[in-house]
Amino acid sequence: MSAQVHTSATGPDEPIDVHDPRLSRFEITREGARRDDIEIVHYEPPFPVPGTRGERRMVRTVALIFLLTGLAATAFLAVYIWWPWEYRAVNYEFYTPLLGVTLGIALLGIGFGILIWGKKLLPREVSIQDRHDEPSSSEDRRITGSTLQYMVDELGVKRRPLLGISLLAGLAPVGAVAAAPLVGGLISDPHKNNQMFTTGWAPHEGRQIRLTREDGTPLRPEDISVGGQLTVFPGIPEGATNKHADSPTLLIHLRETDAEQARAANQQAGKADFMWGNYIAYSKICTHAGCPASLYEQQTNRLLCPCHQSQFLITDNARPIFGPASRRLPQLPITVDGEGFFVATSDYQETVGPDFWERP
Amino acid sequence: MKRRKFDVAALPGKAAGELDDRFQAATPLRRLLNKVFPDHWSFLLGEIALFSFIVLLLTGTFLTFFFEPSMKEVTYDGSYAPLRGVHMSAAYASTLDISFDVRGGLVMRQMHHWAALLFMASIVVHMMRIFFTGAFRKPRETNWIIGTLLFWIGFLAGFTGYSIPDDGLSGTGLRIASAIMLSIPVIGSWLTSSIFAGEYPGDIIISRFFIAHVLLIPGILLALITVHLGLVFKQKHTQWPGPGRTNTNVVGERMFPRYAIKQGGFFMVVFGVIALLGGIFQINPIWLFGPYEAAVVSAASQPDWYVMFLDGSTRLMPAWEINIPIGDGYVIPPLFWPTVVLPGILTMLPMFYPFIEARRTKDKARHNLLQRPRDVPSRTALGAMAITFWLVLTLSGANDVIADKLQISLNAMTWAGRIGLLILPPLAYYLAHRICLGLQQHDREVLVHGVETGIIRRLPDGRFVEVHQPLAPVDEHGHGELEYVGWVVPKKMNRLGALGPAIKGFFFPIEKSAQAPVSPGQPPVEQRPERTEVGGGSR
Repeated sequence: MSAQVHTSATGPDEPIDVHDPRLSRFEITREGARRDDIEIVHYEPPFPVPGTRGERRMVRTVALIFLLTGLAATAFLAVYIWWPWEYRAVNYEFYTPLLGVTLGIALLGIGFGILIWGKKLLPREVSIQDRHDEPSSSEDRRITGSTLQYMVDELGVKRRPLLGISLLAGLAPVGAVAAAPLVGGLISDPHKNNQMFTTGWAPHEGRQIRLTREDGTPLRPEDISVGGQLTVFPGIPEGATNKHADSPTLLIHLRETDAEQARAANQQAGKADFMWGNYIAYSKICTHAGCPASLYEQQTNRLLCPCHQSQFLITDNARPIFGPASRRLPQLPITVDGEGFFVATSDYQETVGPDFWERP
Repeated sequence: MKRRKFDVAALPGKAAGELDDRFQAATPLRRLLNKVFPDHWSFLLGEIALFSFIVLLLTGTFLTFFFEPSMKEVTYDGSYAPLRGVHMSAAYASTLDISFDVRGGLVMRQMHHWAALLFMASIVVHMMRIFFTGAFRKPRETNWIIGTLLFWIGFLAGFTGYSIPDDGLSGTGLRIASAIMLSIPVIGSWLTSSIFAGEYPGDIIISRFFIAHVLLIPGILLALITVHLGLVFKQKHTQWPGPGRTNTNVVGERMFPRYAIKQGGFFMVVFGVIALLGGIFQINPIWLFGPYEAAVVSAASQPDWYVMFLDGSTRLMPAWEINIPIGDGYVIPPLFWPTVVLPGILTMLPMFYPFIEARRTKDKARHNLLQRPRDVPSRTALGAMAITFWLVLTLSGANDVIADKLQISLNAMTWAGRIGLLILPPLAYYLAHRICLGLQQHDREVLVHGVETGIIRRLPDGRFVEVHQPLAPVDEHGHGELEYVGWVVPKKMNRLGALGPAIKGFFFPIEKSAQAPVSPGQPPVEQRPERTEVGGGSR
């Protein structure tokens, strides 16, 4: 590469023979570019005189960065192998940051080294290439169009319409065959066992389901203090697992005045016997998007869903009073059985969880 | 037998010759090496997305070696003491193992997550660049549509990705996703039940999401990215107007070596930044969230940033339920509008925008020169309006955190979002439109009167005037006759070389200073000269 500024004004404009041994590599390159309709109009090495202080300095910078990369990469390996990494080992918490930092420095080193090499040490150039984005000539369009139409003609679907019809009739079901196993295999009836309308609280073989803690132990009324609340699960096998994701229920021990309000509201809604004493139970699954509506504000008797901030008023049949939820939280009818434990007298009488089209 | 002499120096040439004998590679390779790319910093935004995608593939493959996509219940007995003995899904347990029991697993996981966030961020910023500069216009509408699809498929990739660890936070997101599917009229329950194989959550969704996340979605992404880049290559990159640049040429650098080297370096920089992020900044600490349980949630449950605008739209939606009193009655829940209808509109509207704009402006020409946003005020204003709409939704997606940290009423935040969503976008439209017109006017003013020099002159009659430096020879009224060419108009004396370029060197000057460039980032450009046809024959 000759070390001088090339502009098109100084270059030869007549055709050249690329086999001419006197030509420099740059001249051959420029000739190649011209054959691709590219004109290198400006070509300027950043350091026209070899070995200047500026050039040596730039070379040293790049070399230093590459060496730093090597150092960081070696450090990465050393950290990876010898740094204590197991949970709670001494200084283990620095393991991940050290890996990231050493790897990051190594990669950034390669990156910046290459970038400086390319930007500062390679010749700057301006080349102009023709776009050639005109559409095909009308002649070519006509030829291609005719060829395609000719192929259709040769198939003879127009002359022999039966072929076309039978092809369609024959192949359409084949397309469906490709889709059927996929769609058919995936389809699952949402109303199997009435699953969208039943929960783990449905009485089993005539036996009412107990309200239990997460560990499966049943609850007595005195387990919740006034103003307190507890998430309860149906006392059935795996009742507290995600297998019964629609069953978690919030059992709240209301204060006397609040309980009276709630009872009055219940009576108006025809749910007179749903509460037991000052205890009231609502589904914890938000009727909006199914998050657990679990933030209970004791002072205002509001239940807030942290996902989209729907708020339900506990003392008014869990009416949605703010946010995007449009439906009350379903209430679980509860009582206390002969042994003094809470039970659900029946399953929820409204649909639990997010709304859907065929919810009555 | 005498051994033939082996000429090492001739070996590359000989090998190249043998290759060309077989593949005829020399001519197409020359074209590839010579291809000219225009250069501007804003053209690199899309590359960040491409490079993050490569990092995603690399780190993601590593993660699959250790991740177990199963909802089988196990009892955790790994290193992380606080969760030992807890029942959880195998998916969550194996993610904990990646974080604590695989050497270097945590840094890989965090790099994967950061790369995903960067991938989506660069897609969004890249799309803004394309939109505001008019790069989507004919002939590039197809690539704009593919880009829009890439955003949404990247969105799905992100969502399926952060759902599969089956931790407390992602399970909540999955629960909301199932509710969104349920809300679709008529087919909602069938769709949900089919995807989850029964009632939520079922016991197969994690493995289905896994195969979508590691095979189907990356496959589609890879295919679309290939077509996207292929079209950029075929249609050639757009360029800014400027000296010597026309609608029918490309002014820039040949692809090799300098341009390609810069690309390689930039990839390494992106990779390095992701490594630093993955090492230093904690992301998605799933061990703090615990396994997913249907009854457990905490405040500040936010999705990744690119999903937050949908969370925000859901929060702002009023509780408008539509009841259809036929038979037992049917319901369209309020959730349907902000999470199904809105994204539908947000997909279709941008996809058709190039055609809508071309129809409105009756513009059928091919455009290879970019437009400065100020030169197309109505489009820029529309974009500002869209961004404002999106920002209000995204902020509303975090309104509980904002309310908590700034001691604002949560309900007030929701109402501010609802009102802001209606009022701020039109306001943004108006402001952006006025700003564009103002900037246009100032450009014209400088072209006519010249640059303000900051020198005040007192005239003999006592008046003070500021001296203007004209950009070109002036007529008898002192007015320049320069045409606006769609590119930066210099507005400060320094841009005209009044002070001369800075002297290079840290402690002492090292080189004679270079000439000031005509346009930023480009060396001086001469006009392309007329030239005779260059043939292959001898001289």
